[in-house]
Amino acid sequence: MFFQETTPDTSGYMIAGYAIAFIVMAIYLASFVIRNRNLQRDLETLESMDKEK
Amino acid sequence: MQAKPLALKILDITAVLLFAVGAYMALVYAPTEAVMGQVQRVFYFHVATAWVALLGFIAAGVTGVIYLVTKNMKWDIVEVAAVEISLVFFFITIVLGSIWARPIWNTWWTWDPRLTTAAVTELIYIAYFMLRQGIEDPDRRARFGAVYTLVGAVSAPITFFAIRLFRTIHPVVIGSPSAEAQGGFSMTADMRTAFFFNLFAFTVIFVSFFWNRIRMGQMQARVEQLKLKVMQ
Repeated sequence: MFFQETTPDTSGYMIAGYAIAFIVMAIYLASFVIRNRNLQRDLETLESMDKEK
Repeated sequence: MQAKPLALKILDITAVLLFAVGAYMALVYAPTEAVMGQVQRVFYFHVATAWVALLGFIAAGVTGVIYLVTKNMKWDIVEVAAVEISLVFFFITIVLGSIWARPIWNTWWTWDPRLTTAAVTELIYIAYFMLRQGIEDPDRRARFGAVYTLVGAVSAPITFFAIRLFRTIHPVVIGSPSAEAQGGFSMTADMRTAFFFNLFAFTVIFVSFFWNRIRMGQMQARVEQLKLKVMQ
């Protein structure tokens, strides 16, 4: 580092880092939406079953 | 389940916009650091995600205490929401840190006090969900979870202060730097703007996720209640 004359090309690491961050957030968001939708469906089914009872 | 409140809809849209602007500031607006190059840009998301994650772990500990005092299940829902979101954000923190370390420290991982405490914190909260999975009775699960998060919350300040208390190679960018730190740098005005903007953006993103996750937890509780009622 002490004898470094030019800025090193570390863009590959930056791209990898941000790609992983975006992918992890996207996966979490997708799991969020899926779980929410499934719960909504379960709730509707159970509420109709409860009314029929 | 009630429809999404207008305030939450506005918060969600604000969070998306702030995320986009935050990413722009980190990737385009902030200048390239001269010694480390482009990889330094991961710092903006690395610190911002760490900030909200550690805040969330402490919030989970606080809600754990409130649950133990009040025995109200709504605090258990809040606690689970805080831990789940913090776990995801902290995972991103660790991965980004590891990717940064490869060109700067010439290694993906080293058992430095900060990295070790961060890994321990992440594992503690993964175990939290394993613990909850193993307990069927909701009251017992909530009680055990509350005590666990209370103990687990201690790991958050330890992780935060690890670079200030112990001899470490992890840089301290805000505050006094360690003599052994490798990869530290002085922030320019533009870097500071991008840094604080991302801290703010991720705080709003966290709040948005948190509110949505609490609503999901409430729906989950309602489903469990109805299941028991229908089965009787």
